[in-house]
Amino acid sequence: MDVAQYRRPFWNTQPEHLFPQYASTVKRAPTKPLVMMPQSLTEVTGPVFGYDDIKPTDFDLTKQHAGEPIGERIIVTGRVLDENGRPMPHTLVEVWQANSAGRYPHRVDQHDAPTDPNFTGCGRALTGADGSYRFVTIRPGEYPWRNHYNAWRPAHIHFSLFGQAFMQRLVTQMYFPGDPLLPFDPMYNCVPDENARKRLVATLDWENTIPEFALAYRWDIVLRGRDATPMEK
Amino acid sequence: MSLQMTTSQTVGPYLHIGLTWLIMDRIAGPSAAGERWTIEGRVLDGDGKPVNDALVELWQADSNGRYAHPEDRQAKPIEEGFRGFGRVATDDDGVFRFHTIKPGSVPGPGSSTQAPHISVTIFMRGQLKQLSSRIYFPGDPANAKDPVLALVPEDRRDTLVAQPASGKSGVLEWNVILQGAKETVFFDF
Repeated sequence: MDVAQYRRPFWNTQPEHLFPQYASTVKRAPTKPLVMMPQSLTEVTGPVFGYDDIKPTDFDLTKQHAGEPIGERIIVTGRVLDENGRPMPHTLVEVWQANSAGRYPHRVDQHDAPTDPNFTGCGRALTGADGSYRFVTIRPGEYPWRNHYNAWRPAHIHFSLFGQAFMQRLVTQMYFPGDPLLPFDPMYNCVPDENARKRLVATLDWENTIPEFALAYRWDIVLRGRDATPMEK
Repeated sequence: MSLQMTTSQTVGPYLHIGLTWLIMDRIAGPSAAGERWTIEGRVLDGDGKPVNDALVELWQADSNGRYAHPEDRQAKPIEEGFRGFGRVATDDDGVFRFHTIKPGSVPGPGSSTQAPHISVTIFMRGQLKQLSSRIYFPGDPANAKDPVLALVPEDRRDTLVAQPASGKSGVLEWNVILQGAKETVFFDF
């Protein structure tokens, strides 16, 4: 049974496994060539999630504890599309991020910045019929890491997406416009294509800003798309 | 309209905050049909050190060889309540473990049939994009005719076939070796 194939990613827009500027890749990237294989029913299917899997309040990271988290409240919204511009409806979007001081509530994070009892920093949502998603959160802080001397991560939010096929699975990070740390961040700079990098940066979204409450940022996410519409049998 | 896929970025070391709410180490519920197996293994880096911050995701068909997905239009019965998805994180020793049933055979490219297998996606700090691999079952005669295994150099195929764990009944061992002579086969598609 042949299935309609998903396109290969565009040249220079996806990272290689080995990228020595990001030191952790050196001992973890495969050293042997990957084995190319045709996509089969296994790859073009994938888990289906529904409203039973999440709570309707999971989109609001500021309402998970008794009090308000410290920091600048923001809205992050956008659409999940495929490369053909088709919305990905009812697909699971998971996010996680540091608090406003640049600290994660995680045993590995020993950065000397305060944790916030009112902020865990994780959320999830299903996209609407038009592929749209929306989170309410606080603006994450920058933080140091030990990749190289005086290394700092730009402010970012981690995103995990499923799409409609296991092979559309994508984990990525959203950055903020005008962040002066972006030119120095190995992760942001992991692909040669400058436009691809710029697409990781959200834009200020006046339309969704709520006056006297929260600025909004817009970030659309694109998953792999098919060469052609699958044949109906 | 033609867009380009968003650039992949690493899950980083704090993936647990965002992703372990959905740990699913029982792919098959108690009533699911099929041969039951626990599959466990370790994720090891290029120095042979355990990777304690990996996330392993699994996708498989039910015992009939049917995927719980609208695009699977095979004329086979579908097992009610079987989603076929698993997600487990490695522990301090790099160990992951999940419980499932052996899936049925599913169609491969052209007129081929794929041997029972589980599709695996692996995320971790130090991976800017995920790794994709497969778990096959030991001793299955269908492995010899599997169209995907056939693409793999013969001397590396055994990295994709789980093995009975010594001294543990009902347990298969399948490891993710990131680098070196025994490096696991990873796919690109």
